[in-house]
Amino acid sequence: MIEYGDTIRKIAKKILEEKKVDLIIGYKKGTLPLMTEPVLIRDAEKADQLHWDSFCNMNLANYLPKREEKIGIIAKGCDSRNIAVHIVENQIKREQLYIVGVPCKGMIDRRKIISFVDGKEVREVIESGGDIIVKGAGFEHTLKKSDYLQDNCITCMHKNPVIHDAIAGDLVEERKDPDSYDDVKEIEGMGSEEKWKFFSNLIKNCTRCYACRNACPLCYCPTCFVDESDPQWVGKSIDPTDTMTFHILRAYHCAGRCTDCGACQQACPVDINVRLFTRKLNKDVLDLYNHEAGLSVEERPPLDTFRPDDYDKFIR
Amino acid sequence: VGLDPERLHFSWISSSEAGKFAEVATEVIEEVRKVGPIAKLVKGSAEVV
Repeated sequence: MIEYGDTIRKIAKKILEEKKVDLIIGYKKGTLPLMTEPVLIRDAEKADQLHWDSFCNMNLANYLPKREEKIGIIAKGCDSRNIAVHIVENQIKREQLYIVGVPCKGMIDRRKIISFVDGKEVREVIESGGDIIVKGAGFEHTLKKSDYLQDNCITCMHKNPVIHDAIAGDLVEERKDPDSYDDVKEIEGMGSEEKWKFFSNLIKNCTRCYACRNACPLCYCPTCFVDESDPQWVGKSIDPTDTMTFHILRAYHCAGRCTDCGACQQACPVDINVRLFTRKLNKDVLDLYNHEAGLSVEERPPLDTFRPDDYDKFIR
Repeated sequence: VGLDPERLHFSWISSSEAGKFAEVATEVIEEVRKVGPIAKLVKGSAEVV
């Protein structure tokens, strides 16, 4: 995974020098270990800042909507699907983009590492092959990367970018057995009251910081419904009613569009698995329409098409 | 997420179908009346700490 870095920097430098793109959206090393930062580079000489490791979990498609320039962008499998969603939703044109695809071997969930070291300060992380070496004051551990992957990476079916103009490495083997959605099935088995209790408990620590919304490439409305004041759709407090309203609506806005990239969950400062809301919708869209978001730039998403002769009886 | 299924209704009504709208609305009201007052997503006064 780490070996992609050189190729990414080489490609980035070349396309900036050849003026194929005006800027590159990529990752740079974070100021803290276990973290990376998004970076926009316009100058070929600065392409060396670009960085790649297993902590590049942000979804850079988030920075695309309504941009006018020619853009080079680094994209993992999930990111490339979100770019496809943007193209289908007319947020960006395919011709504007030069997509540097990254065949992804999964991102590491920094929280799993932090909990392994009991919250002690991690000062350095070295990746080599399938191992990660985690160092801090008075400790050093060699961990198997595959044990510390983000949950969404474990069940990921689309590791390779679905659209790309260049590729940073050899394609990786895709997972064969489909996501079992066991977590969603467990919730589906609950009664109405039990579900309500489960979700109320899930979001009880939510501070309404909206980090999940901001990290999500799907949330690009000029004014989000939670920020509207006239009419005020939802209160600004952390009253449980307002918080639940926010979470239900946030999830529904992602219906049929979500690629389960996990950016929302990773962004949450209080560790709420907000994916449990969106995953149910992903499962429904897959079951009902046999559709997974962002696999094609031609296919219309299921929720913006209809048939006058729809056989479902609720449309009568 | 545990919303009461009896309170959730979907329909497809064109702006020209006034009769159908009235019909569906009446039906929804009757259904909701049967389940009685709502308990979830009701905002009370703010908690005083």
